[in-house]
Amino acid sequence: MNINWKWDMFFDAFPFILKGIGVTIGLTFACFLFALVFGFVWVILRRIKFKPINWLVTWTMEFIRSTPPLIQLFFIYYAWPMIPGIGVTLSSITCAILGLGIHFSTYIGEVYRSGIDSVDKGQWEASVALNYSTRQTWLKIILPQAIPPTIPMLGNYLIIMFKEVPLASTIGVVGILALAETYGAEHYRNLEAYTIVALIFLVLSYPSAILINKLERKMNRRFDKNAVMQESKGAVI
Amino acid sequence: MAELVKEMKQSITPKRGAKPIVEYKDVYKSFGEVEVLKGLNLDIFPGEKVALIGPSGSGKTTIIRMLMTLEQPTSGEIIVDGTDLWHMKKNGKTIPANEKHLREVRGDIGMVFQHFNLFPHMTILENCMTAPIQVKKESKETARERSVEMLEKVGLGDKLDNYPSQLSGGQKQRVAMARALVMRPKIMLFDEVTSALDPELVGEVLEVIRDIAEEGEMAMVLVTHEMDFALEIADRVIFLDDGVIAEQGSASEVLEESDNERLQQFLYRFRS
Repeated sequence: MNINWKWDMFFDAFPFILKGIGVTIGLTFACFLFALVFGFVWVILRRIKFKPINWLVTWTMEFIRSTPPLIQLFFIYYAWPMIPGIGVTLSSITCAILGLGIHFSTYIGEVYRSGIDSVDKGQWEASVALNYSTRQTWLKIILPQAIPPTIPMLGNYLIIMFKEVPLASTIGVVGILALAETYGAEHYRNLEAYTIVALIFLVLSYPSAILINKLERKMNRRFDKNAVMQESKGAVI
Repeated sequence: MAELVKEMKQSITPKRGAKPIVEYKDVYKSFGEVEVLKGLNLDIFPGEKVALIGPSGSGKTTIIRMLMTLEQPTSGEIIVDGTDLWHMKKNGKTIPANEKHLREVRGDIGMVFQHFNLFPHMTILENCMTAPIQVKKESKETARERSVEMLEKVGLGDKLDNYPSQLSGGQKQRVAMARALVMRPKIMLFDEVTSALDPELVGEVLEVIRDIAEEGEMAMVLVTHEMDFALEIADRVIFLDDGVIAEQGSASEVLEESDNERLQQFLYRFRS
């Protein structure tokens, strides 16, 4: 059996599908930004010592992480408007940002937390000894040490998110996947259409992954004290 | 003998007449089931150099950590310059201190730690400058000037733009002292500041402490295992054992005249 592959259809479909790239990438960054900010909200909520709230927050996070993002999208888009009192109908793009953003914010909150936990206890104590306020301690001492080492991990989540964004096509966000569906259905050229989508994702994700890998190695070097020692010796002497 | 002990107890306030700058009043501290301090009563006077010695687990470090507000007493009061550190008054009632109160009272206290606790993301000059700017609202120029001066004093004037990771342990600890001194504390706490250092680096750190001590204005409380050094610079040596002050007095009193058996045992171990 021969594969029914038509290059002319491929080149015809390509510009059509590529028109959705702005939406796909834009949505990725919007979701990511939302998750970056909301991740901090989780960190703050989790630090509340009051038991019932702590319990509630922990289980909410667990719940969000344990349910598929697709179901969360469907819930926000189709089910939420039907709840009397709090139900609101939102545009599909808003739903996508909310749904994917909240889902990934739980992971990103954990990344922040691991960064914060990795800061030595002595840093808090030194801040007390220098009479910093709690707020100053967070902003000047803890976060500047906690966040940079997490940047590669955050980058990984950006790529993972990029690959989850096509889920938004199920609630009507017209990115590259939705356009491919349209093209495939209209011209009966699913093979070419979906190959193009896969290629676009590959071309964008793979170099990004390499970039983040490099960044990670650079970060590790920076935080390896011996390496810093050697570098500086080379520079000073 | 009882006579002598009584006399000793009376001679323990070298700056007699002055008002104590720190008073511990019947302070208890437990960690879970373990009672570390069992009714501590201790006055520290302005400018006084106090050395806390004793076996590990005797509560030495806990005493200064409570004063730095790193540890909260289980009961009792710590009065700093006339103000109760861990309690405040509200509508005539005494309630646990909030952060604002703690910050107001602990402003005159500085501390140097066993593990330096320098800020690794800042140069050593920034390590010294940030607190005066952020906390004391000094101008950048003043803070910088005083920090440079202080770093020169501890012999690190040529390392201003280095990061802590580029320094030796002894140098780090000297930065930590400069950082604390820039805040102009009235009371300086030293928590086993030479314990984490290689033996050959201990000397340079003790040298700086000696210099600071000679200037005289600051009260200093040293928790230390450097026995000879403690005896050399301290106005008063306090021997803690099992959560209470078992003996105290001037170095010579504690060394030569005390008949406390536990103290003799403790000192014997350091001399052998």
